[in-house]
Amino acid sequence: MAAESAKEFEALEAQAAALLGLFTRAGYEPVAPSIIQPADIFLDRVGEAIRNRTYVFNDLAGEELCLRPDLTVPVSRLYLERHPEAKVEARYCYNGPAFRFQPGGGSQAHPREFRQAGIESFGAEDREKADAETVLLAVEAVRGAGLKDYGLRFGDIGLFYALLDALDLPERWRLKLRHYFWRPPVFHVLLARLARGERPNGEGAGAELAATIGTEDVTRAEELVANYLETKGLPLAGNRTLAEIVERLLDLAADLRAQPLKKEMATVIDYYLAVSAKPKEAIDRIALVAKGAGIDLGDALAAETRRFERLIRDGLDLSNAIFATEFGRSLEYYSGLVFQIETRGRETLHIAGGGRYDGLLTDLGSPRAVPAVGSAIHTERLLAAIQGTPR
Amino acid sequence: MRPPLIIAIPSKGRLKDAAAETFQRAGLGLKRIGHERGYRGALEGVDNVEVAYLSAAEIVHQLRTGRVHLGVTGEDLIRETIADVSSSVEFLRPLGFGRADVIVGVPDCWVDVSRMADLEDVAAQFMREHGRRLRVATKYMNLTRRFFAAHGVAGYRIVESVGTTEATPAAGTAELIVDITTTGTTLRANHLKLLEDGLILRSQAHLIGARRASWKPESVQLRDEIVQRLSKVPSS
Repeated sequence: MAAESAKEFEALEAQAAALLGLFTRAGYEPVAPSIIQPADIFLDRVGEAIRNRTYVFNDLAGEELCLRPDLTVPVSRLYLERHPEAKVEARYCYNGPAFRFQPGGGSQAHPREFRQAGIESFGAEDREKADAETVLLAVEAVRGAGLKDYGLRFGDIGLFYALLDALDLPERWRLKLRHYFWRPPVFHVLLARLARGERPNGEGAGAELAATIGTEDVTRAEELVANYLETKGLPLAGNRTLAEIVERLLDLAADLRAQPLKKEMATVIDYYLAVSAKPKEAIDRIALVAKGAGIDLGDALAAETRRFERLIRDGLDLSNAIFATEFGRSLEYYSGLVFQIETRGRETLHIAGGGRYDGLLTDLGSPRAVPAVGSAIHTERLLAAIQGTPR
Repeated sequence: MRPPLIIAIPSKGRLKDAAAETFQRAGLGLKRIGHERGYRGALEGVDNVEVAYLSAAEIVHQLRTGRVHLGVTGEDLIRETIADVSSSVEFLRPLGFGRADVIVGVPDCWVDVSRMADLEDVAAQFMREHGRRLRVATKYMNLTRRFFAAHGVAGYRIVESVGTTEATPAAGTAELIVDITTTGTTLRANHLKLLEDGLILRSQAHLIGARRASWKPESVQLRDEIVQRLSKVPSS
């Protein structure tokens, strides 16, 4: 939404100045990364919800560029430009426009362009501390701006991974379930299929080939497949290596022989993903699900308890908070905590959100993994929510 | 005064020739008005019809907005270009020419891939190994998005391709393609294979009606006359 009246403009500017003031006092350095960004990283690494809504264009030199759909990736790139070794701890804050295609053409609640104010923290090794700080500062920011009635929603991608690790699954299924976690409708179909013990159809050239190499070791399998391709006159193309093709054939061979996924395991995953409740209750229910399945989530669940105890100790009111195990599934770069501050009432509008994204900087070319966590506020929505709130 | 019925016909290429032949056989020979290269014409045997010779893309556009009443074009272009097909146009008569299948083609060396469901697994593996998504070369961006979404395939990105799409996997600029094929010869020559459930659309040229055009009783009568005459031509 562009500020179309002087009054709106002034209100937004005043709000932005107050937000940036708060962030700066909290130790975050103000930055203004480029609005025009290379398209690749957004198209290749960012989750479905944002990717299909990014404005992409070619400039006169033919370079593929985009209008940034959010500020987390641009700020992360800025960090790596300043610190190519990625050894330094840094905390940045920002306020600036972001752009997203809206199928309906854009509206007040879902504008094509909007301003995000936010914070990003890189390199802080004490993750639990950094996570809590981020949540607390985001909540302080929207409350300081005047938001009174809001809900908090939490999730944790890492906890789902911990669950998969604890379950006795073949590695190929674990990888598959991790990947499909980001595609909820397909995920549930896949889980049901694995649980029903449906095997892949054993017909066709691929399955026959898989059956012949099924019990061979990788080297021998690669030789056999290379011979097969040679005999049939099929040159390697499409940028996948022989090793990749053989890996999938061996997985297929294993699936053809495999016992179905134990029904209890599919049930455990389903029960886990259905948990949505007040944080303490949610954690208790997850503990029950794990106990019932005889698995140990290790420190992952204890860390969750510590997180909420810490937030309460630091003065956060969790009476309007929900922990939902499914939450965060549409934003692929998150790796741990995810949270959202939302309006309550007829329509739930996302006012601010954030989370931990420890994998993103490596994807952007960092020579080492960088712990990263941040949060962004949708400033026009925040203002609209405050103006709509009776004082 | 605008004539009561305007029909858009492709202005060049194979579609134009096939349309001219089909209309001729229906006793609706296409006549050019003015000089040989003009872009307006009439129909033999039916009065009060204006023929507008337009490019394929323009025909779809004018059908959508209702600036012409009828048009001859491929179903693939209609479904690719128009978001709200059923409220914009009506398929009146398949014409039996311009046949082309819109398909998903992958390198034939991908012996581990035979169905759409395999693609998302390959996409996941490709992301792990190469750090990026599979690239699909196509000019059918919307058909591709809808079809892939319906099959739960999301780990890809589209690279727009106009012309020689089938060469992109061998050239390394894409991993797979969505393109049209008639006999499959071009696919095979480029070491590509069709996925078992990779047929997106079996397309051919249709006589298409524009719902947003101004339909006077006279226009409706003319439309019915044309549809009726075309329906007597055995499709080739």
